[in-house]
Amino acid sequence: MSLTRDGIAYRVACDLPEGSYVNLGIGIPTLVSGYIPKDREVFFHSENGLLGMGPLAEPGHEDVDLINAGKQYVTLLPGASVFDHPLSFSMIRGGHITHAVLGALEVAANGDLANWRTPGDKVPGVGGAMDLAFGVHKVLVTMTHTTNKGKPKILNKCTLPLTAPHCVTRIYTDMAVVDVTPEGLVLREFAPGLDPKAVQAKTEAPLRVAADCKEMNVPAAFLAVLATA
Amino acid sequence: MVDKTTKTCREAVAGVFDGATILLGGFGDQGLPCWMLEAIREKGVKDLTVVHNGSGAGDWALGGLIKDGRVRKLIASFPNNPGGTSFQDLYLKGEIELELVPQGTLAERIRAAGAGLGGFFTPTAAGTELAKGKETRIIDGREHVFEKPLHADFAFIRAHRGDRIGNLTYRMTMRNFNVPMATAANFVAAEVDELVPVGAISHEDVHTQGIFVDRVVHVARHPKQMEIR
Repeated sequence: MSLTRDGIAYRVACDLPEGSYVNLGIGIPTLVSGYIPKDREVFFHSENGLLGMGPLAEPGHEDVDLINAGKQYVTLLPGASVFDHPLSFSMIRGGHITHAVLGALEVAANGDLANWRTPGDKVPGVGGAMDLAFGVHKVLVTMTHTTNKGKPKILNKCTLPLTAPHCVTRIYTDMAVVDVTPEGLVLREFAPGLDPKAVQAKTEAPLRVAADCKEMNVPAAFLAVLATA
Repeated sequence: MVDKTTKTCREAVAGVFDGATILLGGFGDQGLPCWMLEAIREKGVKDLTVVHNGSGAGDWALGGLIKDGRVRKLIASFPNNPGGTSFQDLYLKGEIELELVPQGTLAERIRAAGAGLGGFFTPTAAGTELAKGKETRIIDGREHVFEKPLHADFAFIRAHRGDRIGNLTYRMTMRNFNVPMATAANFVAAEVDELVPVGAISHEDVHTQGIFVDRVVHVARHPKQMEIR
């Protein structure tokens, strides 16, 4: 089995502690906020100048002046604040945002991240990706374990232009949870029905298996037949 | 009596000349001075350098100015934004220049110019292709990239409320780049939703102080800016 996109987001949400200040990238990361338990207070930041962002606005209740960095109409929770770009990026570069959850094209064994440019991009764009990858203490990556052609995305060395070197702390995929440590990659969890060997088979970089490595505990609704099997 | 108000956007942009550098506020449609852009377009000036987070949308406002071939160079973080087809078409034909800057670095370069600083060292982009050719320095064991201030001839912004002495407030996520841009140009003009008497904005709630602003134009929002998309 493998985790669905929502399953990956759910698994990330499990790891965000109360009181954390979190920036969510576009794609799977945006789903994370929906899986924070109601009794856990986590503050979501958006780089265009929001802290304490709530869910997406209901259709018909949008505020035309209130968007997130993905240009979606959002809401503000009680206690939320709005501010300008320099202050927003002070929160990011200054190390005040505790977690960034980002999508990735490739991650290397040493924590190098490539997520801003593919060879097919004719017009480049970087947005806030580099500021987040360089500035935030814990960079959590969500992605499918392999490309849609089945090629590994966790590599010995990135082939695409880097967003930032040595920045990723943990990788969440449809197959596994992997930590980046000074000694290399450590497999923490694997999807139900898999084993460490099956994960390694789809991972270019060598994985050490943690002593307490275990099957992921996610609700059955978040599981699908593994597409890359 | 000081009076910075002007009746029309045409008057507010009257000084724009061929080859001018323009800081253009807004993030998406939020805080974008659409009518002044239309007035610049109508004026027919050329060889402009525009500093803006994205590349505009469609063929109105910034998209229209670019489509008309008025912009020689765009300095942006996310010019590949959906809808930015006017820029993207010209870029692929090699007919417009691009300087790609990480979003936080773009904001801080503008802030530095407004604050009278000669630039700054940032860890963002160190070791990546966006730092190529730039001066670097190891500070406290970490590589930093030197970034220069970004000052301009003009800044055009949009706020929510303004008064005749140039004090401005913004709604929700309209603040974005508008706050630093108001500090970093020789001539600054703001479109506002409401023109209010001096004193109507509480002393504690002035977001952009009148010292930074040269012209205030009271003009209703561009209809496209009010569309929920």
